[in-house]
This record gives sequence, C-alpha cells and structure tokens, in this order.
Amino acid sequence: MPHELAEIFKSYQAEKGAVIPLLQKVQENLGYLSKEAISEIAKFSGISESEVFGVASFYAQFRFTPRGEHSLKVCLGTACHVRGGSNILETVERELGVQPGGTTSDYKFSLERVACFGCCALAPVMVVDKDVHGRMTTTKVKDILGKY
Amino acid sequence: MTFEEIEKKALLEWRVLEQVEKPCLLVGAATCGRSAGALAVIDAINKTLKEFNIEAKVIQVGCIGLCYAEPMVDIIKPGRPRISYGNLTPEIVSQLIEDYLIKDNTRPDLALGYIGDGRVDGIPALFDLPVLKPQVRIVLRNCGFIDPENINHYVANDGYKGLVRALKMEPEAIIQEIKKSGLRGRGGAGFPTWLKWDICRRELSPEKYIICNADEGDPGAFMNRSLLEGDPHSVLEGMVIGAYAIGANQGYIYCRAEYPLALERLNIALPQMEEYGFVGDNILGSGFNFHIKIKEGAGAFVCGEETALMASIEGKRGMPRARPPFPAQSGLWGKPTNINNVETWANVAVILEKGGEWYAQYGTETSKGSKTFALVGKVERTGLIEVPLGIKLGEVIYEVAGGILKGKQFKAVQTGGPSGGCLPVNLLDLPVDYESLTDAGSIMGSGGMIVMDEDTCVVDIAEYFLSFTQAESCGKCVPCRVGTKQMLNILERISKGEGKLEDIEQLERLANTVKSGSLCGLGQTAPNPVLTTIRYFRSEYEEHINKKRCPALVCRKLISFYILPDKCAGCMICLRNCPVEAIRGGKRLIHVIDQDKCIECGTCLDVCPKRFSAVVKVSGVKIEVPREPILVKGS
Ligand SMILES: Cc1cc2nc3c(=O)[nH]c(=O)nc-3n(C[C@H](O)[C@H](O)[C@H](O)COP(=O)(O)O)c2cc1C
Ligand code: FES
Repeated sequence: MPHELAEIFKSYQAEKGAVIPLLQKVQENLGYLSKEAISEIAKFSGISESEVFGVASFYAQFRFTPRGEHSLKVCLGTACHVRGGSNILETVERELGVQPGGTTSDYKFSLERVACFGCCALAPVMVVDKDVHGRMTTTKVKDILGKY
Repeated sequence: MTFEEIEKKALLEWRVLEQVEKPCLLVGAATCGRSAGALAVIDAINKTLKEFNIEAKVIQVGCIGLCYAEPMVDIIKPGRPRISYGNLTPEIVSQLIEDYLIKDNTRPDLALGYIGDGRVDGIPALFDLPVLKPQVRIVLRNCGFIDPENINHYVANDGYKGLVRALKMEPEAIIQEIKKSGLRGRGGAGFPTWLKWDICRRELSPEKYIICNADEGDPGAFMNRSLLEGDPHSVLEGMVIGAYAIGANQGYIYCRAEYPLALERLNIALPQMEEYGFVGDNILGSGFNFHIKIKEGAGAFVCGEETALMASIEGKRGMPRARPPFPAQSGLWGKPTNINNVETWANVAVILEKGGEWYAQYGTETSKGSKTFALVGKVERTGLIEVPLGIKLGEVIYEVAGGILKGKQFKAVQTGGPSGGCLPVNLLDLPVDYESLTDAGSIMGSGGMIVMDEDTCVVDIAEYFLSFTQAESCGKCVPCRVGTKQMLNILERISKGEGKLEDIEQLERLANTVKSGSLCGLGQTAPNPVLTTIRYFRSEYEEHINKKRCPALVCRKLISFYILPDKCAGCMICLRNCPVEAIRGGKRLIHVIDQDKCIECGTCLDVCPKRFSAVVKVSGVKIEVPREPILVKGS
C-alpha cells in the first residue's frame, strides 16, 4: 500500500460510517480515486470493492481519472442560468477544447459544471481552484484563464 | 470559567472595538464578498494603513446581505457612528482611508449609510434605506457585524444566553417555549418544530441524534451559507438547546462540500465552544453531555432529503427511504433522530433568549416569525434579506430589491427552487406565508427567490429545473426516474419548436403521476415548476408549439441573429469576436451572418457598438439581408 494511503487510514481508525470521509480525504490527497485506492479502502473498511465504488459513484464529488493542475468550475445554478451562465460555460469549453468532466490534454485544467456556489447575488459565477470570480462575462473568460 | 466571567471577558473585548482610540475597519469577506474582490480590498487597506502609518484594526466579518454593493467596508472612527461603504475597489478604498482617517472627510458619495447612535451629515441611517427598512433581523442579527471567528463577539451580543436559560428549564418547558413561538421548519416543508421535537423526546432510547441540515441544495439559494459563514455560533447554540430538550448526546452538521468557508468557520467555532464549556461533557456544569461532528456532503442534491442524508452519514449511497418510520422514531443508525435546517436552529437560540411570545409577534396567524431569502435574478439589489412572514411578494421585489434591472418588465418570481413554482405579476399581492404559496402552486422552500424579467422564457425555466431534478433523481423509484425523463423529453421538444399541441396535456398527466407516485419529496415536487408555468403562462407554451416562436427570445433553436444592412458600418468588431467564424465581411462592407454556422450565442449582439446597434435577435420572423457582404452605403 502506498505510504500516503497508510497515513490517511491511520486517522480513521474505528469511526462509524467513515467511508465517505475516507474517500474525500484520499481524493484530496491523490487528486482522484484510483483503482488501487478503491481496493485499499475496501480492504481497510471491510466491505467489498463494488460497495465502495457504488458509494463513490453515487456522489458527484468523486473522480476516477487523474485531474488537471487547476480545477475550473462553472456555475449553472438557477441564478447563474438566468443571468447567462451557459454562455460562460460554452466560452470556456471553446477556449479549452474540453467538455464538462474532461481535462485538457496538457493536464492544466479540469472542467466541471456545478449547481450553485452560493454566490448567486454575483451571478454568473466561475470558480478556479479556490478563487471565486463573480459577475462574469464571456469577454472576461480569456483573461482569467490566462492568469493560471 | 462561569458564564458570567466569560460574558465579562467577551464584553471587554467587544467594547474595545467601539470605544478605543484606534479606528476599526470591518470588511465583508464572506464568499460573496470575496468573489466581488474583498480580499484585494483588504490588501489595499493594509498597504494604505502602513503607508500613512495609521494604527487601526482590520476585521473580517460576514455578509450583511447587501451583496449588490459588495465589496463593502464598515469604518468605526472614535467618536462617530459606524459608517458602511459599498462598491469599493482597491483604489477607492485607499483614497477613502486617506480622506476619512486622515482628512476627516466622511466621503458621503461612497457611503451607504451609518449604523448606530448619532448622525453623520449627508449620510442616511443604514437601516432607513429602502432595502433594509422592511426587514427584521432575527436570524441575521449578527451577520456582517461580528467577527464570526471570534466567539467573544457572539457572546458579547447576547450569544449563548438562550442556552444558559434553557439549561435551567425542564425539557418540556423548552418545547413549550418553541410551541409558543410558532416556529416552523425553515428547510422547506414548514413542519412545526416543537411537534417534531416532542415526538423525538418521547421516544425511549439511550441513544438519540440531532442533525443540522446544511446541505442547501437548491441551486440559486445561499441563506444557510451566509448564516454559517457570518454567525456559526447562532446555529450551534440552537443545536445544543435542541439536544438538551430532546435528550440527545450526539449531533451532526451535514454541510455541502461546495461551501468551504462555511466548513472552515464551523471548524473554528467548535473548539471555541468546547473551551468555554458550551459543548462537550457537563455543559456549563449542568451534567448534560453533547458532542457535535461535522460531516461534509459529497455533491448530491437528494442528500438534502432527511432519510437520504442519514444514509449518507452512515456511509451509504444517499438514497431516501419510505416513511414511516419517521426519523424521530428510527433515524440515524436506527435511533430516534431529530433533523432541522440551519435557519431553524438559529431561530431556536433567540427564541430561548427572548421568549416564544416575542418571536410570535412577527408574521401571520399560521406563519410566525421571519424568514431569510436569497433574492437574486433580474433585480436591482440582489442579496440576502430577512423579512417578516406575510410580507407581500411585490413589496419584496419592488421595495427591498428596488425593482427590475434596467427598468425592464417583471415576468415571474420563482420560489422554492426545483420544488417550487413560478408566480406571475397578478400574484404580486400574495402574502409570503406557507399556505398562500402552496395554494398558488409553489412552496416556501428554503428561501430561494429568483426574479425573472421579460427576457426570461418560462419554457426554458421549466426545462432548466426539470433537467436538474432529472439528473439528481437517485433512481430508486420509477415515477421519479422515468417520469422526469419523459417530461424533460417533451419540454426539450417544445423548446426546439417540435412540440405538438397535445404535449401540454401529456405534461400535465405525467406531472400528476410523478407527484403522486414518487417515494420522496424530490419526485413529489419536481413537476411544480412545469405545472405552475403551464398554469400561469400557457399561451407561451402554445406560441412555442403553434408558431415556433419564443416570445422572450431565449430558446436557441427558435431564434436567429441578423445584421441590419442599413445600420452596419463595417467595423469588423462582430466578425473578430464571433467564436465560430459565422460572420463574413470586411472593412466598410456590410457584414452577413451565415445562419447555418451560427450557434446563436449572441456575442455579435453584445459587441456591436451602441452607436450602430446593427445586430438584432428575432424569433419567428425572417429579415432580408444581402447574401454576400457588399459595400456600406455612402462609402
Ligand atoms: C430533494 C429534497 C431536498 C432537500 N434539501 C434540503 C436542504 O438542502 N436543506 C434542508 O434543510 N432541507 C432540505 N430538505 C428537507 C428535509 O428533508 C427536511 O424536511 C428538513 O431538513 C427538516 O428541517 P426543518 O423542519 O427545520 O425544515 C429537502 C427535501 C427534499 C425532498
Ligand atoms: S446559482 Fe450560481 S452561484 Fe448560485
């Protein structure tokens, strides 16, 4: 087992219902849930691999392929939809040449669509890593991408 | 430390802010403020203070709700009331510091209002502004005023007094106090809070659980986020009181992962509570033990539903199950469990401090107290508001929110998110209470309020919500899984201009099946956006179907863009900006859009200079334009 996984498992000894926090921690550290990680989590939690995968695949947060260096999320919540969020998403898709769920070939950006960051008053909203960009316009997209 | 000692210490720290010689700057740095640039403003403040050698305190506070004016900074200068400034940039804030703190010019042009006693020439009282005047601040009492990372600020503003009082009462008496207040659940369904507590309290079990539902899945709503970021202790205090009344020793907060700052603030607040003995073993010497754990959601809307949420805490797929048994009897790990929304918990703390009767003076006969709403969409003043229940929809939209953006026409207001409905102009007199909204075909929901103007298409909105619920359906029951998909197919057809007249009846039939046959609230309410838009805007559906026309000019398959030959000046701006190279032209040539290549993104319309205004968007009509670019007339 990779050293990183062993470290993470240590802090979860004997906690009831800890599969999801465990998956989150592993994804946070490794960027995604590899086959190996899922199998180790299954062994550790004493449930089958398919059960672990069943849980992980239910939730939108979990990824099963490596991620790009930056995560780029475009909001398509109601407020953003009403104020043109889909135009922002399309522009990003065109600029990067990827669809939501995809990663650019240089592994620089992973693109996702999200339903609401809770900054609806500043819609439309786009988030790169931890930076929230409010009051977006299609013309701002290129400038912002260029900063990363 | 006894509570009196804690209080004394807290008050001392709080008063320093307002009375000491040093000025204090409070920056609204919740997620909304940050996305408007609050962190850059803080950098500029620190730099300027250093540059002029000014000693001042800089504190990050939560959001007061005036998101339209973000980034905001409040300045307290000794001897003056606190003044709120809005729409700041790093440059403006540097100038402001120089003007106000050095030259003593209060800059009324940048000020929104002053807060507290006293007067400032040329600046209105903040709470007299039209946006704040109709509001009451119960849940949001501290948001934007205190440092949410400092428990002393909360305590100094009457925090944890409700808990101290509750611990001296019998559990039954606490529940009676909640009953007197008339508080109903703020998470959507509006179930009387006292009744839920009472059922759970009566269950005989050595193990019981309390849950705070902070999943806030409604896309377009952020009341719970703001509250957790701006005043986490108010929610936590409510939970401890509830746990004591019900007899639970373990609590969970289930917060969605999309709210990292809220999670961070909770993680800061909990150890502070422990240190003061407000949570943990033998709380404030009462012998009562209660522990709280924070659980991070993993991105599934259905996990806001109580039974799905509990499955998720147990580490399973977040699928709802049939009720009964209700969580109060058999919830988390099969034990009696009481779950309430973030806002419900925050109300509990004040009710215990000030009394149920005090709370019940606000609101209507059946809907007591106040409610927070995330007021967004096409209004002048977007933000977070708290109004007494029973206020008229129109008052919220026209007084508080200042009317429709750019003077356009109001079309509909959407309440209750994916479970709610769209209400038209003739319902602007409707009082905002649980029953009135339900009768009108919508619901109160958790507090999303999205205002739409004439440029919003109701078919598009119905399609939007249904595509959301369809994607978020967990798939466990057939009516929801298959029914929403079929409804979505029909809506997609209509918005493409391929609808048939019988589609509307078919939608209504399907909607009723999905409503009555689904297992949980997701499916039971998913058809509401479709049903209300048909009920109030049927003619728009018919226009899409019969005339292949989208009157609001939104549905992409039904609109076209043209460049008017007599207006185009051949400046080439649209040509350069078109993302798909669908525009042909050249210098001093009349530009032409290739309709086959055009993806209807509207970029040309956005970039065409105002003085030409040569691009038009139409639906259901054709405009004569040259086939090839030709010379602009007169050149
Ligand atoms: C699909 C679905 C999503 C829900 N999402 C939330 C939510 O995000 N937050 C919430 O407090 N309640 C949500 N609820 C309601 C909860 O099931 C539950 O009624 C509520 O948390 C009870 O708290 P209250 O009595 O304080 O309102 C949702 C219900 C359904 C059916
Ligand atoms: S709808 Fe986009 S941030 Fe809420």
